[in-house]
Amino acid sequence: MIPVVKAFAARVTGMAISTFARFMTAPRAVWQGIEPAPRLRVYFANHSSNGDFVLLWTALPTPLRRQTRPVAALDYWLSSPLRAFIGREVFNAVLIDRRPEARTEDPVAQMVAALDQGSSLILFPEGQRNSSDAPLLPFKSGLYHLAKARPSVDLVPVWIANLNRVMPKGEVIPVPLICTLTFGAPLHVEPDETKEAFLARASEALLALKGPA
Amino acid sequence: MTSPHLLWLLAGVGTILVAASVIGEILRARLSPAGENPVIENLNARINAWWVMVICLALAFIAGKPGVVLLFALCSFAALREFLTLTTHNRADHWSLLACFFLILPLQYWFLATDWYGMYSIFIPVYAFLLLPVTSALRGSTKDFLVRVSETQWALMICVYCASHVPALLYLQIPGFDGRNVILIAYLIFVVQLSDVLQYVWGKLIGRTRVAPNLSPSKTWEGLVGGTLSATAIGTALYWMTPFTPLQAAGMCLLITLMGFLGGLVMSAIKRDRGIKDWGHLIAGHGGFLDRLDSVIFAAPIFFHITRWVWSTT
Repeated sequence: MIPVVKAFAARVTGMAISTFARFMTAPRAVWQGIEPAPRLRVYFANHSSNGDFVLLWTALPTPLRRQTRPVAALDYWLSSPLRAFIGREVFNAVLIDRRPEARTEDPVAQMVAALDQGSSLILFPEGQRNSSDAPLLPFKSGLYHLAKARPSVDLVPVWIANLNRVMPKGEVIPVPLICTLTFGAPLHVEPDETKEAFLARASEALLALKGPA
Repeated sequence: MTSPHLLWLLAGVGTILVAASVIGEILRARLSPAGENPVIENLNARINAWWVMVICLALAFIAGKPGVVLLFALCSFAALREFLTLTTHNRADHWSLLACFFLILPLQYWFLATDWYGMYSIFIPVYAFLLLPVTSALRGSTKDFLVRVSETQWALMICVYCASHVPALLYLQIPGFDGRNVILIAYLIFVVQLSDVLQYVWGKLIGRTRVAPNLSPSKTWEGLVGGTLSATAIGTALYWMTPFTPLQAAGMCLLITLMGFLGGLVMSAIKRDRGIKDWGHLIAGHGGFLDRLDSVIFAAPIFFHITRWVWSTT
């Protein structure tokens, strides 16, 4: 495809996906611990559905959305031409390889490079979709290494509520229900904080946004 | 679809809104210049949202029957989304919920648009009522079964069945009132919403005694009596644009404003039980679609059936 056509198609597809997400879930962004501002940030959220990053991306104000890239699994998003188009062109995802034995690039280095280019990131530190009864799976260490590599970047916890009911795992057609995204106060790694302590603190900060319901 | 009476009513509403906007801005300039008074800010947000709602309604009226049916189908969709977000259901109900949104809702409005009274008046209470629990049962989950099924049915009755009785008014055939049915919708919505607004105003001015302190802190006897009576008085004064005599208009207005109040009370009980203040967030200042529509939803079927029994030939 000619680059201009490709870019146009990507833009239209992005708007269509976003409009569809709004129509289905009327997402409400609650900026509880932080204001939406065009600063370099890593939004980290719970992951219960493939629609998670679309919803988070949709809930961001337009100027912020343009400079925010989701971090996604390469093995999933390059598995078909359509997915590759959506992953690469529409969402401009930072595609990382979850398989240590197969990968040629270090995921943390890829994420750091994206931050250094001025892009904020959307990250799911659980590393996979959570279909268990527990509210959160244990975090992978990527968030910690990212926080160590770029300590000034705001790490913003985002709790995504209800999306697992909109589209339970294994279902194809989503049910229109209202989703709420709660943005919490930003975290930074302390100079002498261990990996385990930091990941536990990040996990608690995210869970605290879940509310009583 | 546009009759001079409708234009008069819209012009009247427009004048009220202009006056409300001017008063809102004066209050803001005096009491809340930096946006520090939440009551004033909320009042202005509500007035602005009223402008949007009135303009949408006016456009639908101009577009005629398809426009009005489509507008209320969309309102039903938004209301159902708010309601079902708060009800009990699990994975086994996925197909039931899909059916509510993408089968039952469109069919109800389709039956309405084709003027099939015998179908749209029983479709949800009979057919949906019997078929939805089957869909959920076939998936095999028994936990909270009756609760899940009942809450889903209730959501459909309120958000789709009752709400669809507003556009249903377009299909009544009242001798000597041909081509003016849209007035009935405008009249119903105007009187009920005016009553809501006046209850709010009377309640803020002289409200002391709460009607149901457990349900709603803002509903007072003073607001109820003042709001329904003053809305009834204004509705009665507009009898000349309806098929009703002044006395009939007064009776109808009293009935629909009371139903509207009771609807608000019932919906408050549900919200209170679920621990929320508003149903949604899409109408700034008001909350969700259900927060604005609750009174009309309760008044519409009663207004429709009485008008049909007494005045319509169908």
